[in-house]
Amino acid sequence: MFKDVEHLVRLAAVMLIALVAFVVLRAAVVPRSFGQYGHYRGAAIAEVAARPIAFAGHDTCEACHTDVVDQKKQGRHIVLSCEACHGALARHADNPASVTPPKLDTAVLCARCHEANSAKPKASPQVVTADHSGGLACDTCHQPHRPKIDTQPATKPATEARK
Amino acid sequence: MNIPVEGFMYPNEVELQWSILIVLYPFITGLVAGAFILASLERVFRVEAVKPTYRLALLTALSFLLVAPLPLQLHLGHPERSLEMYLTPHRSSAMAMFGFVYLWYLMAVLLLEIWLDFRLDIVIKSQTTTRVTRLIYRALTLGSDNISERSLHIDERLGYFITVIGIPSAFLLHGYVGFIFGSIKANPWWSSPLMPIVFIFSAMVSGIAAVMLLYMVTTRLRGRDIDIRCLDKIAQYLFYIFMIDFSLEMLDLLQRVYEADESFRSLDFMVHTRLWTSQVIIQILIGTVTPITLLGLTQILKLTEAARKRIYALAGCLTVIGIFAMRWNVVIGGQLFSKSFLGYTTYKMAFATREGLLTAIALLILPFIILSVLVKLLPPWPDAGPVPAPGAIEPRNQLTPVLRG
Ligand code: HEC
Ligand code: HEC
Ligand code: HEC
Ligand code: HEC
Repeated sequence: MFKDVEHLVRLAAVMLIALVAFVVLRAAVVPRSFGQYGHYRGAAIAEVAARPIAFAGHDTCEACHTDVVDQKKQGRHIVLSCEACHGALARHADNPASVTPPKLDTAVLCARCHEANSAKPKASPQVVTADHSGGLACDTCHQPHRPKIDTQPATKPATEARK
Repeated sequence: MNIPVEGFMYPNEVELQWSILIVLYPFITGLVAGAFILASLERVFRVEAVKPTYRLALLTALSFLLVAPLPLQLHLGHPERSLEMYLTPHRSSAMAMFGFVYLWYLMAVLLLEIWLDFRLDIVIKSQTTTRVTRLIYRALTLGSDNISERSLHIDERLGYFITVIGIPSAFLLHGYVGFIFGSIKANPWWSSPLMPIVFIFSAMVSGIAAVMLLYMVTTRLRGRDIDIRCLDKIAQYLFYIFMIDFSLEMLDLLQRVYEADESFRSLDFMVHTRLWTSQVIIQILIGTVTPITLLGLTQILKLTEAARKRIYALAGCLTVIGIFAMRWNVVIGGQLFSKSFLGYTTYKMAFATREGLLTAIALLILPFIILSVLVKLLPPWPDAGPVPAPGAIEPRNQLTPVLRG
């Protein structure tokens, strides 16, 4: 009698072993803190919090670079944080003497936000950089912290995107 | 890479995220579900005529099922992470739940059914072969070589039960693929509750056509005669199910045309331009209307056997092409238009890249390689049953007629 279902019993045993192996594997590889707060590893929060701070924040820069802050206040770039352009500079803010911020390439930096794209809102200042500057670095004409050009320059680009 | 864009696209829509591999994924799972449903026809509804294809259909389903997740894995940047959906599944993720549907279908339905069905052959082979092959078969017997009539009868009952569970499972497997597309509410080309149903029926169509073709080709290769009664029956089923599939798709279309919601003009334009060849010409005219007409003719006219065989082969090929085109039009078509309904992009297929054409071709060949190995291991041919071992006990059913005498 048993002999006729023996193969099925063996099959069930194989399946059971597979199931147990899965449960053991799962217990072994799923991190302890998984699910502590939600569907993620709870310990990740502490780990992320323990990482060194990369961005110093606008207020920190203000303490030493009041001149730039004053300049920035005069133009529409007032909305931007220093590190949006200069990159993460916490290490510089901690130790300005030894960590010098890298020089920025404005032809790349400014185009990142101002390259014309029909998906951008109309109110956003945008130019077709190839026509507008012809490869010149943007800060040959614009002062990065106060980008508006007040005095009409002699070399006003023909395709300037003012509406 | 410069992608030709027409009208207005949002920047993130210009490049297609889902490539030809994601076209393969529903195509391959569809073949699995279709092949299995054909096999269960014989088992559950006792359609004796399609019996010669029963085992072949099961092995085909298995070979394609093993390949089904590969396109997705290749699409992922970190394929090893996909396993995490088994370890820490998120219940709100349709894709994570699909992992379980897949696993259930593979382990609890297909492998079990194949094992039960081939057990007699496996046991006999484990006694008649030698060396490595013998070891393989011995492992497959799980150490039990009982093939008494009673034990085989029990297998038969259990196999029947599993097939009964298997039919809704196969529906679930492929319905789920449709569900994943159908539930993307941001995309009007996909978002439709009819999607899972259309997917299931097109899956059956493609699976049945594929098994029919495979049966014809393998029988030819083995130098045997094709069982025309079997072929007639399969073609008949193909015809009926194809009719249902086609009407469902047309119903979906009609509904869209009549409803004409805000996306309609944009989608309509797309079908008339970018999708004209792949949707109207290949999918509908060549891949659906032509095979349905051909199959319909064989139902109405009295044709000779040779003519019928030719027509079936042609219709089968066109059907498989048509269903592939349908998957293409769903997956690629759904990404060609802008959510703003104001512009269209283009799909540029890469060639020798991770998600390129070459990979896709390799993935389509792979199931056939697996199938050829499986067929060597477990010959599914009704006319080539195993040679009985000395002392082997009276076998159980007609599937191994050689033994019956
Ligand atoms: C503790 C004071 C201090 C803080 C805080 C500070 N800096 Fe500086 N920064 C300096 C000093 C000092 C220099 C060097 C001035 C020089 O060499 O002319 C400098 C130079 C710079 C330079 C120019 C380097 C060059 O090429 O001339 C930049 C850009 C700069 N800081 C950006 C920042 C930003 C952005 C922040 C906020 C994240 C910041 N700094 C915070 C003190 C500070
Ligand atoms: C729109 C982008 C942008 C923003 C926002 C910005 N900077 Fe600059 N900054 C530049 C560029 C471009 C230069 C000139 C190139 C260089 O020196 O790397 C520059 C130069 C500087 C310099 C060198 C001396 C000078 O005045 O030319 C300092 C110091 C500086 N920035 C500090 C700051 C501080 C502090 C803030 C925040 C209050 C800030 N920047 C915000 C783009 C920006
Ligand atoms: C991080 C994105 C960002 C970068 C980088 C950036 N800008 Fe801007 N810029 C803005 C935004 C945002 C405004 C408009 C703010 C508003 O809406 O008032 C603006 C405004 C301007 C204006 C219009 C000023 C006016 O008063 O009409 C000019 C000109 C300009 N930027 C030039 C530049 C130049 C030159 C650079 C490179 C040094 C640059 N921007 C880099 C975001 C950026
Ligand atoms: C040859 C000088 C010159 C160069 C180089 C130049 N600009 Fe300008 N740009 C101007 C002038 C002049 C105006 C018009 C005056 C104004 O609005 O401030 C202007 C206006 C703009 C405006 C405002 C357009 C608007 O619609 O309000 C933006 C944004 C701008 N430039 C970005 C750039 C960027 C980015 C670069 C670098 C790729 C660049 N410019 C290089 C001269 C220049």
